[in-house]
Amino acid sequence: MKKKEVPQDKSNLESANFRELCYAVNENGEYTTENSTGWEPKTVALNNAIEEIKERIADAKSRVIAGETSPIEYYMELHKMDVGILASYVGFWQWKVKRHFKPSVFKKLSDKTLNKYADVFEISIEELKSMGR
Amino acid sequence: MKPETIIDFTHHQSAHCENGVVSNLMKHNGFSISEPMVFGIGSGLLFCYIPLLKVNHAPVITYRALPGHIFKKFAKRTGVKMKREKFSNPKDAKARLDENLEKNNPVGLQVGVYNLVYFPDEYRFHFNAHNMVVYGKEGNRYLISDPVMEDVTSLSEKELEKVRFAKGAFAPKGHMYYPISFPEKLELEKAIVKGIKDTCKAMLAPVSFVGVKGIHKIAGLIRKWPKKKGIKTANHYLGQVVRMQEEIGTGGGGFRYIYAAFLQEAGKLLGNEKLIELSKEMTEIGDLWRDFALEASRIYKNRSAQTDSYNKVADQLDHIADLEKVFFKKLKKAV
Repeated sequence: MKKKEVPQDKSNLESANFRELCYAVNENGEYTTENSTGWEPKTVALNNAIEEIKERIADAKSRVIAGETSPIEYYMELHKMDVGILASYVGFWQWKVKRHFKPSVFKKLSDKTLNKYADVFEISIEELKSMGR
Repeated sequence: MKPETIIDFTHHQSAHCENGVVSNLMKHNGFSISEPMVFGIGSGLLFCYIPLLKVNHAPVITYRALPGHIFKKFAKRTGVKMKREKFSNPKDAKARLDENLEKNNPVGLQVGVYNLVYFPDEYRFHFNAHNMVVYGKEGNRYLISDPVMEDVTSLSEKELEKVRFAKGAFAPKGHMYYPISFPEKLELEKAIVKGIKDTCKAMLAPVSFVGVKGIHKIAGLIRKWPKKKGIKTANHYLGQVVRMQEEIGTGGGGFRYIYAAFLQEAGKLLGNEKLIELSKEMTEIGDLWRDFALEASRIYKNRSAQTDSYNKVADQLDHIADLEKVFFKKLKKAV
């Protein structure tokens, strides 16, 4: 890549007001660096990935409302987590976290257990429990 | 500790965080080592498809060595001794950090990205192998030199604790590191040769998911994705491949440009014309990786791709793999 070809496309970096560093060659063929505001092919890929996450959040939300899963799954998606990541944050086995997705099991969870989830999601137990009601 | 401790530390922006922290800490200690030099000596370049693992619900490909490896190999090959510490208790981790700052010693930290408040929201994923330098404290805010950022920044005590104790894969556990002793004279020549040989070995490894073979493997998977997984998932997967290749930290072209910069610098240092020629070749291969990303983005942008277009980008990857096979064989002989 030539220094003058380093892309300067619009991207999500703008919101944080920074440009990333790229390596490129100057007119004499010497390597140098150049800042880039973004490149469309990767911005599209990132935006698609974010769309995908939004769909997962919306899907989880409708399943909570329909009584098919517990709010824990919704908040997990909201925080871009999967079961493995959530399990390591709350300190439970993955199968246990999955069990807590069952509305019937969720209803019977102790405050101590709920508190672990609420802490990770940075909400109150009340907020956790009231979702979907 | 004193309410204000600011170490005289110069922030240099780098493409990649791990190289950047090493390079910046070396510079702080009076050794002028560029980012590409750290990357090359530490054998940072790689291609590896990680079967079974999924991140963001898509397959994982890495264009670089595992987190921490660049740093470990660089230190070993140059004879720099590093002190590394992990903590089970955040309080101990904080006390140890403060202790170092008071001794005027800037330290490297491994952190999780998800709670890094100065990153744009869109970039905050559960990725735990980010690196930064802490160079001081003002009130209850730590002064941070994050190598991928243009300027220095700061985090509150609570914010820093959160990122140091992020959970999930590669959980940092407060991981802190800094150089404690240096050789009298840094002998880069041998370290460069070792670094290059190691990279050639990895890229030519007889393992189906690593190096040149790994690139062919991914090309094969891309051909199958639309039929096996459906267009939507195939596009999601392809998008992730491009993101891994071009995301912040790669310097563009899946680290190929940084590596070409290293070969150029190494060629001059060793007086080796072949390396300088090979640097040009690596740049051209980097351009082909960029072309692949551009072509792939056309597929996932339209969301209505034909199987043909998947085959086309897979062909591009197969071509790159063939070129890299020849390239790394030549590189191995050049040192």
